[in-house]
Amino acid sequence: MCPFGLFSKKEKPEEDSGPLEEASPGLLGKLRNGLAKTRRKVSGGLRSVLSLHRSIDEELLEELEEQLYLADVGPRAVMRYCEELRQAHRDGHIQNTDQVMDFLKDLMRDDLSDWDTELHLPEEGPAVIMVAGVNGSGKTTSIAKLASRFVRSGQRVLLAASDTFRAAAIEQLEIWAQRVGADIVKNESADPAAVAFDAAESTLARDYNVLIIDTAGRLHTRRNLMRELQKIHRVVGRKIPGAPHETLIVLDATTGQNAISQAIQFNESIALSGIVLAKLDGTAKGGVIFGMKDQIELPVKFIGIGEGVDDLLPFEPEPFVEALFD
Amino acid sequence: MFETLTDTLEGFFSKMRGRPRLTEKSIKEGLREVRLALLEADVHYRVVKDFIERVTEKAIGEEVIKGVNPAQQIVKIVHDEIEALMGPVDSRIPMRQDGPTVLMLCGLQGSGKTTTAAKLALHIRRNYSARPIMAAADVRRPAAIDQLETLGREINVPVVSDRGADALMVAMKARFEAAEKEMGPVILDTAGRLHIDDEMMGELREMKSRVNPDQIYLVADAMTGQDAVNSALEFNRQLEFDGIILTKLDGDARGGAALSIKAVTGKPVKFVGLGEKLDRFEEFHPDRMADRILGMGDVVGLVEKAQEAIEDEDARELEERLRKAKFDLEDFRKQIQMVKRMGPLREIMGHLPFIGSKLDQLDFDESQVNKVEAIINSMTPRERERPEIINSSRRVRIAEGSGTDPVMVNQLLKQFKQMKKVMRKMSRGNVEAFADALPPGFDQMAGPPPGTRRRGGKKRK
Repeated sequence: MCPFGLFSKKEKPEEDSGPLEEASPGLLGKLRNGLAKTRRKVSGGLRSVLSLHRSIDEELLEELEEQLYLADVGPRAVMRYCEELRQAHRDGHIQNTDQVMDFLKDLMRDDLSDWDTELHLPEEGPAVIMVAGVNGSGKTTSIAKLASRFVRSGQRVLLAASDTFRAAAIEQLEIWAQRVGADIVKNESADPAAVAFDAAESTLARDYNVLIIDTAGRLHTRRNLMRELQKIHRVVGRKIPGAPHETLIVLDATTGQNAISQAIQFNESIALSGIVLAKLDGTAKGGVIFGMKDQIELPVKFIGIGEGVDDLLPFEPEPFVEALFD
Repeated sequence: MFETLTDTLEGFFSKMRGRPRLTEKSIKEGLREVRLALLEADVHYRVVKDFIERVTEKAIGEEVIKGVNPAQQIVKIVHDEIEALMGPVDSRIPMRQDGPTVLMLCGLQGSGKTTTAAKLALHIRRNYSARPIMAAADVRRPAAIDQLETLGREINVPVVSDRGADALMVAMKARFEAAEKEMGPVILDTAGRLHIDDEMMGELREMKSRVNPDQIYLVADAMTGQDAVNSALEFNRQLEFDGIILTKLDGDARGGAALSIKAVTGKPVKFVGLGEKLDRFEEFHPDRMADRILGMGDVVGLVEKAQEAIEDEDARELEERLRKAKFDLEDFRKQIQMVKRMGPLREIMGHLPFIGSKLDQLDFDESQVNKVEAIINSMTPRERERPEIINSSRRVRIAEGSGTDPVMVNQLLKQFKQMKKVMRKMSRGNVEAFADALPPGFDQMAGPPPGTRRRGGKKRK
């Protein structure tokens, strides 16, 4: 159950030089470990590209472009980055290949820097967080990790099993609830919104600090299912004013450009407040978030970097980009 | 929203059509657009690069420039190349005669393995004379076994599970049970991981060597980005799978993975999963997929579906009545039922040229169609035959019987009347008026895009 242990065992021999071995302890270290594969993909490639070339020319740009595409950075962002690089080179700001990486890093960091990545929960009264996403994006696990964060900080957490569609989804959430020390409201035969409503009532009656609502995975193109989400959203708001205080979409980091379409369409139905970027510990790069800005203003608030309950980290642009490029 | 691949290609080709002659420059310009569209569709970078090179070479070759209709030829080149990228494929499942056939599913977590296991079982039962059995060899994920058991009950396929055993033991047990009861094939649902790791691959390799499956299918999410290729390559290196089952193709993912995986691993996509319902599972047809990507629609698939659903005689009879303008509400009800047998409307629409790609902009509600059906169901045979006898007290009764309201009943009657009028016109060759006359639920499919005013039945909550 310790993917990071596995990771470093497996990867250290392969990593002949580079920051993984000297990964600093604590948050940044953990993030670096989680993103190790991602980083190698992007900057390993970039480094090798840059070391092969003496001059900045179209060939170099094309190879840079390829590396960015392979990291799932979308066409719009890639073209924008490459255009800026070209311009900076023309203007004489970049003279040699050493400066290219720094320049690119700055550009990418700028894209993420003005995101509001905090959770905005009420000062008084219970906080309600609704979590949605497409099937298989990692919703239930992300909810468990989120619940675990609150439990560890001494909060009483209630989960609403509003995924009444998928076979055994409720059992899965129950197992997680036990594991992280949260309570759960369920009703197999009820309407998802009814479960959410019951959960909101229990939250008030039994004085929970945080209510997290799980919802059934649904493809964003299904309008009638999206309406069901709106109903859940509406119903909890009626019970607890201002709720849900956060509405998060879980995106699978291995998803490509379709992630943007998912975010846009979920946002249209339930006004999202942020993204949980899950499964970032694989070979997937999550580069899609760099292109997001061009189309939707929605901050990443958490990243999932492992299978353990504490493998959910608040998203921070600085270390995220640093870890990618270190 | 970004444009779909189809939109881009449509735009590109209609631009080409407007030009008297194609120049090398204009072709290259257009293909640059195609390249971006493919990248936005998550086709792997290298695959895109090769693809564009091949198409450019062929398109610029003199065969095209000298041709009678260059744009059409380029469409054909792109179509054929897309098809070639994904095919050829033989989706038949070879069945062993000397014991149970074993089909092993593998894939990353969240790709849809467990649901796919059930879909595959149902597909086999319907299309092969076989009694499949499923093995819950995913002993790792919380509640995965419960999920498979629930699905098994739903489709009435036995599930072998053992909560105390390891995956290998469950697989062996399932095979033993299948042999004993003369059932099969055995479908193995294995544990996924968030990403490729040695432990999982070790487990799967061991299962492969000990259970010796006849076919190994990689289950992959159609929405996966560039990483689709990495994980497919790794699975193939370790397990040498036989084919791919692409899931979640009913969303707006533009199938980049479908285009890439075959090109990179050499292993074809054999099946596609299209929705949450367990019968939404099809054999994969590269030519139809190419049609779909190019906006030609999967007309062949639609016709096949229609043939399955509509018994010839019914259809002939209906046609006869239509021609004689004898079409009544009973006929209309039959027609609704026929369409419903073809599958969810959303899916049917996805097969149609130039609509498939715009499905996400259309907001239609299947329940409206069900309401229409309910209303007709609540009428007496005489009322169906002669709707004009429906007065206000009958209206109230029908509304109560169908759980709707009199206004809606009225609306349906009005639209039916209009529809009959149009049909009379249509039988004389006036097709255009057709869309105006569709009942609620149907109007949104053929109507103008959202934001513009809709004609006919206003949607009711």
